[in-house]
Amino acid sequence: MNPVLELNDVAVALEGNVIVHGISMQLQEGMIGCLLGPSGCGKTTLLRAIAGFEKALEGEIRIAGQAVSNQSSCLPVEKRQVGMVFQDYALFPHLSVKENIAFGLSGMSGAQKNKRVEELARMLKIHEYLHTYPHRLSGGQQQRVAVARAMAPKPRILLLDEPFASLDVELREEIAREIRQVLKQDGITAILVSHNQFEAFAMADEIGVMRAGELMQWSSPFDLYHQPSNPYVADFVGEGVFLHGTAVDAYRVETALGMLDDAQPHGYEQGTTVMVLIRPDDVIHDDNSSNTAKVIEKAFRGSQYLYTLELADGTRILSLVPSHHRHAQGEMIGIHIEMDHLVAFNLV
Amino acid sequence: MPILSTTITEAPQGALSSLRTRFSGHGLTLSILLLCLVLSIPVLTIFYSVFSSSDGVWEHLANTVLSDYISQSALLMVGVGLSVLVLGIGPAWLVTMTKFPGSRILEWALVLPLAMPAYIIAYTYTGMLDVGGPLQSWIRDTFDVRYGDYWFPEIRSVGGAITMLSLVLYPYVYLLTRTAFIEQSVCVLEVSRTLGASPFKAFSRVAIPLARPAIIAGLSLVLMETLADYGTVQYFGVSAFTSGIFRTWFGLGSPTAAAQLAAVLMIFILLLVLAEHWSRAKARYHHTSNKYTRLPRIELRGWKRLGAMVYCYLPVLLGFLIPFVQLSLWAVETWDLLDRSSFLTLFGNSLKLASVTAGIALALALFITYSKRLRPGLILRSIVRVLSLGYAIPGTVIAVGVLIPFAWFDNTLDAWMRASFDVSTGLLFSGTLVAVVFAYLVRFLPVSMNTLDAGLGKIKPTMDDVGRSLGLRPLQILRRVHIPVMRGSLLTAALLVFVDVLKELPATLILRPFNFNTLAIRTYELANQERLAEASSTALMIVLAGIIPVIILSLTISKSRPGYESST
Repeated sequence: MNPVLELNDVAVALEGNVIVHGISMQLQEGMIGCLLGPSGCGKTTLLRAIAGFEKALEGEIRIAGQAVSNQSSCLPVEKRQVGMVFQDYALFPHLSVKENIAFGLSGMSGAQKNKRVEELARMLKIHEYLHTYPHRLSGGQQQRVAVARAMAPKPRILLLDEPFASLDVELREEIAREIRQVLKQDGITAILVSHNQFEAFAMADEIGVMRAGELMQWSSPFDLYHQPSNPYVADFVGEGVFLHGTAVDAYRVETALGMLDDAQPHGYEQGTTVMVLIRPDDVIHDDNSSNTAKVIEKAFRGSQYLYTLELADGTRILSLVPSHHRHAQGEMIGIHIEMDHLVAFNLV
Repeated sequence: MPILSTTITEAPQGALSSLRTRFSGHGLTLSILLLCLVLSIPVLTIFYSVFSSSDGVWEHLANTVLSDYISQSALLMVGVGLSVLVLGIGPAWLVTMTKFPGSRILEWALVLPLAMPAYIIAYTYTGMLDVGGPLQSWIRDTFDVRYGDYWFPEIRSVGGAITMLSLVLYPYVYLLTRTAFIEQSVCVLEVSRTLGASPFKAFSRVAIPLARPAIIAGLSLVLMETLADYGTVQYFGVSAFTSGIFRTWFGLGSPTAAAQLAAVLMIFILLLVLAEHWSRAKARYHHTSNKYTRLPRIELRGWKRLGAMVYCYLPVLLGFLIPFVQLSLWAVETWDLLDRSSFLTLFGNSLKLASVTAGIALALALFITYSKRLRPGLILRSIVRVLSLGYAIPGTVIAVGVLIPFAWFDNTLDAWMRASFDVSTGLLFSGTLVAVVFAYLVRFLPVSMNTLDAGLGKIKPTMDDVGRSLGLRPLQILRRVHIPVMRGSLLTAALLVFVDVLKELPATLILRPFNFNTLAIRTYELANQERLAEASSTALMIVLAGIIPVIILSLTISKSRPGYESST
């Protein structure tokens, strides 16, 4: 199976400054990818280079097997057959919803155009607004129109630049899931840019975490959370703390929480001091446990409390506890550790 | 990381496509640079004249009338400046912050005098207030006195010119100040009230200082127009710069000395341009908040209401309604005297000139602003800025700056053609409509350019990106996205130039072909032959056309403030 999008060692510079470099990744047909990272990490620049708005300085970009950008050539945007959804939607104010969606459809009969517009409008639940003008739509509706417009010419890949940033926070994940469904239904390969991991989790099959112009890790959301490849990703995705520990043998690490182990070898020499990632969901509250910790802080999260606990040696860890377990600050509570994977890094 | 250590000069790409983009990029910039150079000919001529000899005329001027020109122009500026502050700021505050009968109508009615060219209001009031006019006749009949037995202010004086110019120019201050008041956050005013300031104190200690940059910008525009005025000072016999330039050229027959005089005038203009730019740059920092609530309007009662009404109605009455009614009465009175066919010719001439200029200005402005959008960069930005200075240059100065090089070109070409081919080419540019339209373009291209620039600026760059990602080439984007979206700006740009050309007097007067008349020229000629009533029909046409931009302006302003609703 050939990847729809393939980047090989891509670097992009803006006005002489290298913004992203050494980017390599692949996205298979029908998959939804996400470039995740804080603002200024270069994720939007990379997306614009894939679209063709920026030129790649080095490396190769291939879309559906065709090299659209490499050392010798650079295909202009309008020839790349990519669809793009912008953060501000950029709907054409002088055209109705229907005309907006049909804007990029050329070389088709009127009936075919209508059919495609109808099809998309129904999928995105905007068919009742087809004859309305954009300024009369809500933010969420405008966004759907923008997505429909970009999808209409059946682009080889759909690019979405912070597509949910302008929406109300409560709506974001819900709409992200809906859009995901529509893309899957239409079999479209897509890549989105986001700084919000929950959006990324809700929408994407594969996520690339970016930092200062580099791609740190490209993998599934589950692996990103449970098997981060470096401390930055571990810290950026989800919550957690690092505990100091010492490798006892190929499978076990001794920490303030006791002996932690994994079925896979952790890869450190015996006696090496390492940092072990402890997620709040690894720390289970257990009244019967002899292992205890002091409650320092607690944050109510509805169904759960996020406790900050202090171990005997002063190390602090986080623990998610069902909210009917109410303990006061300063109280000692029992805990035990339940983890599938031992994630350990060299000391930095 | 090898990329980080190597210096980056240019993104690698196909040799051919790189060549093409580079060529068209430079070609675009070059052609606009050339255009800018051509349009700068008048100003360059004026400054060049400083270094040429006027055969003693300049020395003569300097010893005799120059001090008059400077002092009279300065007096005009001081007088007009102070009056427009009074006429502009007070009403701007009252209609924005208070409610009294008619205040919503006054919001836009206060701009109406802008439709009245200064020379037309001067002719009208002269007709009304002169010795033979209705007012003085009435005084003589009623009190049975004869001319000279009673005191009556002489309208044909510096004081008269100050009054006339102030009455039609105050809207600049009014408009900009009002916009500043509207944009000010209500909160700062309310905060000052909670800190114990009375409404008047809040006005003088918070609102006015915050609006100061806007006031200065408006004032600079007024003073530029004051210095540019020719029709009024000429008619009232005031020795200002513009009338001096005319006299030097046509009376003393010295184009060089006229250009040198124009150069001195340009120094004043330049200072005003700087003041305006400086204050506009400053105005940006005076936005105190992004939160806008509806302006709370205070309902005025009793003598306050009466005072506010007199204060706000008077400028509209004197600056527009009274002269407008007088012109209409005269037009009816002289209806039978009107030569229909020659009126139609005048109308046709004006229409032709105005629409040709508006068309060319629109095309050039679209070309320049669109290039600036496609290739934003220092060069194009600076060119646009230089070109927009054209509006500050008085028509008289532009005319002098156009006539000198065009005449030189025609004469040189004619001499060369005669010497080489024994053919006389005669006058190609000077004394033809080409020269007239060229002068208009120098002065009015900025008007269309600024309008389009603002219109294009409102179209987000992502709109272009969407078009391209959907497979459109730049020119297709212009046709399918930009032009439809900015249809309003295009129309406004064309209309503003059209009306400005219709009103223009001095440049047309100097540059027009022999016996070619327009509405403005005919009005000027009739007035100077003391046939004021007969001048009314052409004057009225100009005023009616002038109302169009006033309407456009009012509409733009009421839309400008988020959360601000005009009465509907």
